[in-house]
Amino acid sequence: MSTLLEVSGVSVTFDGFRAINNLSFQIGEAELRAVIGPNGAGKTTFMDIVTGKTKPDEGRVIWGEKSVSLLKMSEAKIAQAGIGRKFQKPTVFEDQTVQENLLMALKKPRGWLSVLSYRAKPEDLDKVAELAKEIGLIDELTRKSGELSHGQKQWLEIGMLLAQEPRLLLVDEPAAGMTPQEREHTTDLLLEAAKTRAVVVVEHDMEFVRRLNCKVTVLHEGSVLAEGSLDHVTSNQEVIDVYLGR
Amino acid sequence: MQRSFIAKNPSVLIFLACLALFTLIVTVLSEGLGLGMISTSFIKTLGKTLCLCLIAVAMDLIWGFTGILSLGHFAFFGLGGYMIGMWLMYERTRLIVVESLSQAEIPPTSSEVVDAIGNQIFGVVGASEFPLIWAFADSLFLQLLLVVLVPGLLALVFGWLAFRSRVTGVYLSILTQAMTLALALYLFQNDSGLRGNNGLSGLQNLPGVEASQDVVSLWFLWASALALGLGYLLAAWVVSGKFGSVIRGIRDNEARVRFLGYSVETYKLMIFTLTACIAAIAGALYYPQAGIINPAEIAPIASIYLAVWVAIGGRGRLYGAVIGAAFVSLLSTWFTGGQAPDIPLGFYTIKWVDWWLVLLGLSFVAVTLFAPKGMGGLVDLWTQARAPNRHGADLGPDDSALREQEASK
Repeated sequence: MSTLLEVSGVSVTFDGFRAINNLSFQIGEAELRAVIGPNGAGKTTFMDIVTGKTKPDEGRVIWGEKSVSLLKMSEAKIAQAGIGRKFQKPTVFEDQTVQENLLMALKKPRGWLSVLSYRAKPEDLDKVAELAKEIGLIDELTRKSGELSHGQKQWLEIGMLLAQEPRLLLVDEPAAGMTPQEREHTTDLLLEAAKTRAVVVVEHDMEFVRRLNCKVTVLHEGSVLAEGSLDHVTSNQEVIDVYLGR
Repeated sequence: MQRSFIAKNPSVLIFLACLALFTLIVTVLSEGLGLGMISTSFIKTLGKTLCLCLIAVAMDLIWGFTGILSLGHFAFFGLGGYMIGMWLMYERTRLIVVESLSQAEIPPTSSEVVDAIGNQIFGVVGASEFPLIWAFADSLFLQLLLVVLVPGLLALVFGWLAFRSRVTGVYLSILTQAMTLALALYLFQNDSGLRGNNGLSGLQNLPGVEASQDVVSLWFLWASALALGLGYLLAAWVVSGKFGSVIRGIRDNEARVRFLGYSVETYKLMIFTLTACIAAIAGALYYPQAGIINPAEIAPIASIYLAVWVAIGGRGRLYGAVIGAAFVSLLSTWFTGGQAPDIPLGFYTIKWVDWWLVLLGLSFVAVTLFAPKGMGGLVDLWTQARAPNRHGADLGPDDSALREQEASK
């Protein structure tokens, strides 16, 4: 399997605090990966670096078969290149309907001129309806997304990510604050998504990670502590000491 | 979603109809053409108000929809006024100069004419040479182009610098205010080339036009109404589609829009420049009706008033901005024009000329605290009273309760 994203030797320092320390990470074309680790291990900073929000002090971030460096690109350019990101808190545009949210995310030219003259075609609306069905929001299309429940907002955000048709999905704590049924639905969505693209899930909840049934990367103090199947890493003494044992 | 633009935005049609009706009634009642029930000076006030409504629409685009509280849009408004004012003043002075020189025994050369015009215009600031910025003042066409180009370019450069370094929120407001202040202070100088604090005057006289002010004021009223109608239509169109979604997204969560792949800075820059151009056109129509423009018009306070109008009218809905601008500026004319009756309290008499600003400030605070939707929120009350929007939910808990689609019939 060819590598889609390669992060190597990356370090970031915030006011003398080393948030990421010589981190290296790789993920393939259609792979599901869970990233776990204690608070402050650098999970969110890692996502910030990949999506261009934070520039690392050193290291390389290489993307795709053309091996372009993401470090010189703006957030918008990186997103256009095919990296989608879901935030920890559900961030949907609450003042707009579910349909408008999904239409905005739909993979289309992002330039201001083409957006200005854009009018939704029937096939775009079909695409949106299809996505809405997948995330279980087909009956809520005309509702303002601010009226949705917490779980529905999370799904809408996942739906928006899928609409972007990214090649790599970065998902930050998708199951936080969800009921057990909602978690199950979320797991299904992620597993389905990972069939056709790379998905990185940052999660605290071990049960949720177990259900994803994928390779796990453990971060600690800004670098990779262990990597492998969940059973493999949970039996690692170091991992137990810094993360599980507490 | 496949319905026409008007069907999706019924408020646009209602607005345009109201505007047309207003223009028609005012025309019929005017001194110039009709029954003479509205004085020419009040026609001018109404025409100016329409221009203020237009800049309020621009302000709503940038503030209500994109979330950028610009305190500098009156700078663009003023610049638009200056640009058209330069031609008006040049051309009118030229006509006067040519006529007076034609009495002379030797016909004047063209350079003598230009020198005489320069003397006339810049005599008040002790100069007679035309500065470089007046290079195109003899051409109406070029000055009309400059009405849009100069403020547009200023907005483009300023916006590029500000947005590129990701200045947002209150810092951006301060920056725009600083720009306005700097421009006003520069124009106050006598050697700025625009007659310092004297400004440009006599703009109400259209060169080569014999018609009386009664008629000219109507022309400007119509032009202002047309500009407002077109500007409103443009703004409504811009915010109706995906572009509108994106800028409202920028207002609510800029980072999220960025991670969706939209270049937030470009969008901000475009909307900033577009609104600057709209403001400039409004200014170019306003100052010939006001008759005079001077740097005080550009002072930051004017742009703050603009924000107050839009806030009182209701942000994020274009008609709210228009209602706010029209209502507050007309009320302000009434109060400050000495027409409002004084209130004697025995120990003190409230003179509205002095107390109007206090009243305006209080109502601004009250609106922000108690009715954040502004006057436009009243429209919501009315539409919701007619048909509660239940977003497809059933109207009641029963199985037999009407569904929304049935209820709306």
